[in-house]
Amino acid sequence: MGAVRCAVVGVGQTHHTSCRADVSIAGLVREAADRALADAGMTMDDIDAVVIGKAPDMLEGVMMPELWLAEALAAAGKPVFRVHTAGSVGGSTAIVAAQHVMSGVHKRVLAVAFEKQSDGNAMWALSVPVPFSMPVHAGAGGYFAPHVRAYIRRSEAPGYIGAMVAVKDRTNACANPYAHLHEPDWTLEAAMESPMLWDPIRFVETCPSSDGAAALVIAAEDVADALPGPKAWIRATSMRSEPTMFAGRNQVSPQAGKDCSAELWRKAGITDPLREVDVAEIYVPFSWFEPMWLENLGFAERNEGWRLVEDGVTDLRGGSLPINPSGGVLSSNPIGASGMIRFGEAAMQVMGNAGDHQVDGARTAVGHAYGGGSQFFAMWVVGAEKP
Amino acid sequence: MSNEAEDVLRIRTPIGVDYAWSAGRRSSAYLNGLLEGRLIGKRCPSCTRVYFPPRNGNCPMCGVLLVDDDVEVGPNGTVTTFCVVNVPFLGQKITPPYVAATILLDGADIGMQHLLQEVDAADVRMGMRVEPVWAPREDWGPTMENITHFRPSGEPDVDFTDYAGQL
Repeated sequence: MGAVRCAVVGVGQTHHTSCRADVSIAGLVREAADRALADAGMTMDDIDAVVIGKAPDMLEGVMMPELWLAEALAAAGKPVFRVHTAGSVGGSTAIVAAQHVMSGVHKRVLAVAFEKQSDGNAMWALSVPVPFSMPVHAGAGGYFAPHVRAYIRRSEAPGYIGAMVAVKDRTNACANPYAHLHEPDWTLEAAMESPMLWDPIRFVETCPSSDGAAALVIAAEDVADALPGPKAWIRATSMRSEPTMFAGRNQVSPQAGKDCSAELWRKAGITDPLREVDVAEIYVPFSWFEPMWLENLGFAERNEGWRLVEDGVTDLRGGSLPINPSGGVLSSNPIGASGMIRFGEAAMQVMGNAGDHQVDGARTAVGHAYGGGSQFFAMWVVGAEKP
Repeated sequence: MSNEAEDVLRIRTPIGVDYAWSAGRRSSAYLNGLLEGRLIGKRCPSCTRVYFPPRNGNCPMCGVLLVDDDVEVGPNGTVTTFCVVNVPFLGQKITPPYVAATILLDGADIGMQHLLQEVDAADVRMGMRVEPVWAPREDWGPTMENITHFRPSGEPDVDFTDYAGQL
């Protein structure tokens, strides 16, 4: 027996912002869940199981928040699962929820993910000194900046590519009412003057700290068929991981990411991703990761990803493969939710629900997330047509 | 009752704890080496690569126990890549700006992060050769902080192709 066909039938998210002091974590998550259920034309009573994801608990200092959230999500008496894959967790959570439906165990599954960065201090939590090494760590930016430098060196990309991506994503975010940052006035010249936080990563090339949540309702084919609204059919999913540190590791383009995308394209029956995919929401917390992931995903050859940026291929208007029309992680980063926002935005595109950042005629979309030290990968392909 | 302007929306609740860390035999050899001013790595019997520090006891890729025999690495090494940290944050141990460099010690097959000083940040290069600067011996403990920082050794730079496989 093959997997049960399933679709995203509801997408919800909060208005991402630096501080939602007006709600608890539970209130934040409930807000996204209610929006996804409303989008699906369902209520909590219709849901069979709930899958919750967030990045490490130390970010807010609340251990196992899923216990508390199960109550807030009216999930008493239902199966509740927690997923942990660091920054990729929003994507992994969506995939775990989809697998509950594909397996035939459940018909309607709610996936939720969140981060309330203002309740804690992620920079501190990601820089806690470890006992066997020198405490030079400086958050995610400090971790990734040396790998960005390595990419720039090996690809011989012009130094302005990171700034180009930043201006694109910040501009795209202005068409997305849910985005945290709405900064319409960036120019390439201004971006190049932005101060270096973790040289070679500039301030404008860095994601914000956000409070936010996202939710998806995933339903089996028979349930989805009976619903009147648009659906995003899940054509393929893939997850991979690898150790954070090992000798000879390719830290610019990790093997786990290459394997993950190769499996994704094979499962979806896609042989030429650059031509066959209409739009992609990929996890770019630092702008240089756009060209890096374009290569890792197989949209471009090694050391050639930056050319797609320079040629405008990834632009929302006029590009043949718009990347992050929502403004991406670079414009909203509720860490645990960020992967699910990518997956949900991909679904919104093929459902035709992306509003002012809709890519015209989008039929096939990719959601992508990565986490940890570029060691967890989660991806899906969604389509307007039933696979 | 309090009026709306005085409603309590948030409170600050600090938490903290000191943990013990059981290093395991191979990492203990590394920590004991630091007490003597030696840099101790361990070799994988399968892929023959030398891990410094031998953090897992196992080779992360081959999944087998590292050989117990010590492999002394360094003390000099090569900067494979680096960043300049300009951003201050809560709990930071080193005052910015500073250069956090990935250093491949001679004889090791994996880089480690350390502080690079006694050089202007603008003059730091990928491929630069560096040497450790040790703290006074009476201050040593079982920690990598026995080396206060690395500095340029004056040796010629290493060619990019010779360390590109480390990126």
